[in-house]
Amino acid sequence: MEYFDTLIVILQSTVRVSVPLILAALAGLYSERSGIFDIGLEGKMLAAAFAGAAAAAVTESALIGLGAAIFVSVCLALVHGFASITQRGNQIVSGVAINFIALGATVILGQAWFRQGGRTPQLSGDARFTTVELPFAAELADVPILGPIYSNLLSGHFLLTYLAFALVPFTWWVLYRTRFGLRLRAVGENPGAVDTAGISVTWLRYRAVICCGILTGIAGAYLSMAMTAGFVKGMTAGKGFIALAALIFAKWKPVNVMFACLLFGFLDAMSIRMQGNPLPFIGEVPVQFMQALPYMLTVILLAGFIGKAIPPRAGGVPYVKER
Amino acid sequence: MNDLAIELKGIDKKFGLVHANKAIDLRVRKGTIHGIIGENGAGKSTLMSILYGFYQADEGDIFVGGRKIEIKDPNAAITAGIGMVHQHFMLVENFTVLENVMLGAEDSQILNAGIAKARQELKRLEHEYELEVDPDAIIEELPVGLQQRVEILKALYRGAEILILDEPTGVLTPAEADHLFRILEQLKDQGKTILLITHKLREIMAVTDEVSVMRRGEMVATRTTAETSVEELAELMVGRRVLLHVEKGPASPGDVLLSVENLTVRDSRGVDMVKDVSFHVRAGEIVGIAGVAGNGQSELLQAVSGIRRAVRGKVWLDGAPVDVTGKDPSDLRHRGLAHVPEDRQHMGLVLKFDESENSILGYHDDPKYLNGLFLNIEAIRQDAAAKIEKYDIRPPNPRLKTANFSGGNQQKIVLAREMERDPKVLIIGQPTRGVDVGAIEFIHKRIIEMRDAGKAVLLVSVELDEIRSLSDRVLVMFDGRIVGERSPDTGEGELGLLMAGVEDGQEAAQ
Amino acid sequence: MSAPYAKLPGWVDYGLIPLINLAVAFLVAGLVVLAVGESPLRAASLMIEGAFGYGEGIGFTLYYATNFIFTGLAVAVAFHCGLFNIGGEGQAYVAGLGVALPCLWLDQVMPWYVIFPVAILGSALAGAAWALIPGWLQAKRGSHVVITTIMFNFIASSLMVYVLVDVLKPAGSMAPQTRTFAESGQLPRLDWLLSWVGLDIGGAPFNLSFLLALVMAVVVWVLIWRTKLGYEIRTMGHSPSAARYAGIGESRIIIITMMISGGLAGMMALNPIMGDQHSMQLDFVGGAGFVGIAVALMGRSHPVGIVPAAILFGMLYQGGAEISFEMPEISRDMITIIQGLVILFAGALENMFRPAITTFFATTGTARAGKTLPAGE
Repeated sequence: MEYFDTLIVILQSTVRVSVPLILAALAGLYSERSGIFDIGLEGKMLAAAFAGAAAAAVTESALIGLGAAIFVSVCLALVHGFASITQRGNQIVSGVAINFIALGATVILGQAWFRQGGRTPQLSGDARFTTVELPFAAELADVPILGPIYSNLLSGHFLLTYLAFALVPFTWWVLYRTRFGLRLRAVGENPGAVDTAGISVTWLRYRAVICCGILTGIAGAYLSMAMTAGFVKGMTAGKGFIALAALIFAKWKPVNVMFACLLFGFLDAMSIRMQGNPLPFIGEVPVQFMQALPYMLTVILLAGFIGKAIPPRAGGVPYVKER
Repeated sequence: MNDLAIELKGIDKKFGLVHANKAIDLRVRKGTIHGIIGENGAGKSTLMSILYGFYQADEGDIFVGGRKIEIKDPNAAITAGIGMVHQHFMLVENFTVLENVMLGAEDSQILNAGIAKARQELKRLEHEYELEVDPDAIIEELPVGLQQRVEILKALYRGAEILILDEPTGVLTPAEADHLFRILEQLKDQGKTILLITHKLREIMAVTDEVSVMRRGEMVATRTTAETSVEELAELMVGRRVLLHVEKGPASPGDVLLSVENLTVRDSRGVDMVKDVSFHVRAGEIVGIAGVAGNGQSELLQAVSGIRRAVRGKVWLDGAPVDVTGKDPSDLRHRGLAHVPEDRQHMGLVLKFDESENSILGYHDDPKYLNGLFLNIEAIRQDAAAKIEKYDIRPPNPRLKTANFSGGNQQKIVLAREMERDPKVLIIGQPTRGVDVGAIEFIHKRIIEMRDAGKAVLLVSVELDEIRSLSDRVLVMFDGRIVGERSPDTGEGELGLLMAGVEDGQEAAQ
Repeated sequence: MSAPYAKLPGWVDYGLIPLINLAVAFLVAGLVVLAVGESPLRAASLMIEGAFGYGEGIGFTLYYATNFIFTGLAVAVAFHCGLFNIGGEGQAYVAGLGVALPCLWLDQVMPWYVIFPVAILGSALAGAAWALIPGWLQAKRGSHVVITTIMFNFIASSLMVYVLVDVLKPAGSMAPQTRTFAESGQLPRLDWLLSWVGLDIGGAPFNLSFLLALVMAVVVWVLIWRTKLGYEIRTMGHSPSAARYAGIGESRIIIITMMISGGLAGMMALNPIMGDQHSMQLDFVGGAGFVGIAVALMGRSHPVGIVPAAILFGMLYQGGAEISFEMPEISRDMITIIQGLVILFAGALENMFRPAITTFFATTGTARAGKTLPAGE
């Protein structure tokens, strides 16, 4: 029973840390499926985390904070879109640029506005998202096995958490069951086909980039307004890149994305849990090894040793009409 | 004039300094197959792209069905009832046929309803025009002919009344091309108007009702097909009577320098493009390989020159076996094989390099261009200047970026590099593609000189005239095989039949 | 037709347009300064004063620039082969081992001029080794080098934390760093160099590795434009199919280029470890690997552009530190923004102003008069 409780605790924190990964990876999915590579997920998430926490701190409203987070993230996404789509610039370079601009700007503006060394004020009350208890969670807690699963694992999360998980089937549905999804997938594979079918490649890709911005915005808001109560300098700490790794690991498919993020989240939760606790049979695993594991797994996958990750065919290439 | 499907008045288009279309007028009657013919680069594709809204004309008016319209994007063209089958198919390769047909014409935000409707409509079109395709097949798994059918279905699904086909037979086997022409006839019978862009005279004569000829961006003539001849069209196309006769004496073949045995080559998609091919080339002769583009000539050249790996077979160069796993073109170079590649701009040259840098491409490990590990810039530039002089490359500046040379001069840079090495074997792909008339004569003369100097020359060209006027022996390639050997004096008709895969029994059996 | 833009005179293409892009980047940075309520002009003058106004400032500026010359050259060499090596950060980090281990082993028994060459070799080899795997994966397995080098940055970070905390930390110490090297594990400062012009570098850690960086800039120029290998690298970068035609082994060139790139990034480790801290500390690279991207883009992948670009960023680092005393609103992070803006405007948006400039020159009629450029870019 003790192991079971431990497991529940680990899984619970897995869910907690997976949420921003899922949101950011889905964000990347919209963008990359349309043919715009985005290594600026990290920067957008960071900027959104800051904007959300800052706006919430000033207005005392979590919803306004969320709105600000999404707004800022979409703005950065549009910069990336302008560079990649309109100016046909290098998408990798643009993504790198956005990461740095966000990293620097959040600290400079944070210091100028709040004078707390780049932090935003501690959020409390209405300024922060609260967790929701599912019905009867308290009553059912004592039921063996199912009780803890329901009341500890499934209940007691933020609305944003449920939203993130709901977005997985929703994204699948959008991608495979709507006109927008059909066109999105097409433009990432062969923009020429989309163009000659009378659809604007530019507008389609801009919409994809905006979707990406909205989702990284939510991911950022989750980080600074739900998971923690305020913005801290550099708080994304590579989550944008883990999400990118998860997206590749999931071969750009929505449901796979969720599982990849849960796996990477689980590794993260385990590494925190295992600090100083030797594993049975294996002995003590350095926490750094666990932290590096998602990246190593992604490299191994990319190398084609476990299946092959084939990116969208037109990915990373600006669309130029043939002449 | 209501019986006009399309009328173009004064269409003019410039791309920077290139005047692609010069005040083009065109009238296409409803319910006809109208051919547009011209050499590569004559401006046919640009004109059609303007009609399809892919580019906007700088000047001029477009009338469809007697009504003047603005075609500012493909959507406007589709609305006006114009459909287009592109030379390079505009299909999403990992989508199904159905998804490709629906793309851009989905009816509603949610796909479900549209899918059922599309499936039904597709079935109707298939029956009506004999265009059977499995709607659930994945495009990349279909043969090219069927992929083209999907392109046609896409246009018809959008209600096209006018169908533009841009070089549709370039990628088709003769059987597929025949089938395509039957489909076109049928579409015509149903009242559709068809614009057929091609540079192949035979196709024009076979299926069109009327034909317009373009030359260097201008529309030079329109004829009723029944009242014209291949000769007249050819003359209109080229602008002067085709006198491709090159002065050359009889060949005096010597030892076999290049020999190919049972060579099989696969392309990147895993399709066998060269199938069990055997032939040889002797010193002092030019062997030409004729064939419709895409019948394995490119892969053959690449395999023989070591660029592409061969699956099976043997190649001997000057009596010594060659490693056919295609690892080392530079090794072959050292052993006396020079290669003028088909794709000059991507393979034969680095356009961003200056002229002198390109003049050593592939020979950059020659000690005469090096000081140990370092480049001997002085020697390289002197060497380049000498070649510029000898081959009359203009402008005569070895430090000018290669992209700034004209097509003909770019080709001369490649030829100078390969020919001046004094190779034993010279293989040349498309020696005069995209080359101006003046340079063509120069290049042809050089090739003959190489032969007379005792080199073994293997020549691949899609221009049958070029093959016939230069070669001492002609091999015809079809569907990855050599289907016959003929003398260059053989009639165009007979060679044409061989190239189309129509075997004539006795000789084709080899 | 293959060139998307009309031809411009060389000085516009290689001088004016990059300058305009840079000016816009700094203009936007100025707006940020304005937004936090400070005067951009005063900030700029403080920065220049702090970076170049006195000997110690110049010493620090050149100390930082040393890092960026190495990492900028690293990114540039890969660019010439058409590869984007984002992994300079990780390569330099791991290369710290190649510097620190020789120092730790030899500093009691050998003089610095013996240890220095060993450390150069060690850092280059370690950096090259860390770049070898992404290079090999790109060449042999087709895994995109951008993604793998990003992943390798994180793996390097975890690895080095482990090494510093669990392996190299002296017993009884709390700080995750190696012991301090003896004097022979320390590089001589270049105070004499600046004293020639009458400047005193004070406490600035401006050291011998700066000269090594300049030597490497020359080496890179020779390598790219004057050697057979460089010719092959450039052929590959411009046109992989031409490289195949020319018999240049694709895998070989990709792997070698990545190793050279990694080696250059790795040498950066010499500067902070042997030149300044005299021990290997956690996160000693401090983002220099990423600054290299901005430096390479700004310097147009040419050593003649990279060295001044590196000095400019050295100025930003040093001057930025100075500003924060006078203007508390502006911390070092301002440089991160500028770095991002430079990457954005000199990299992703490099052609944004080109159409307007082309039109300008076309209407004034000078575009046609443009003489042909000297070769070799």
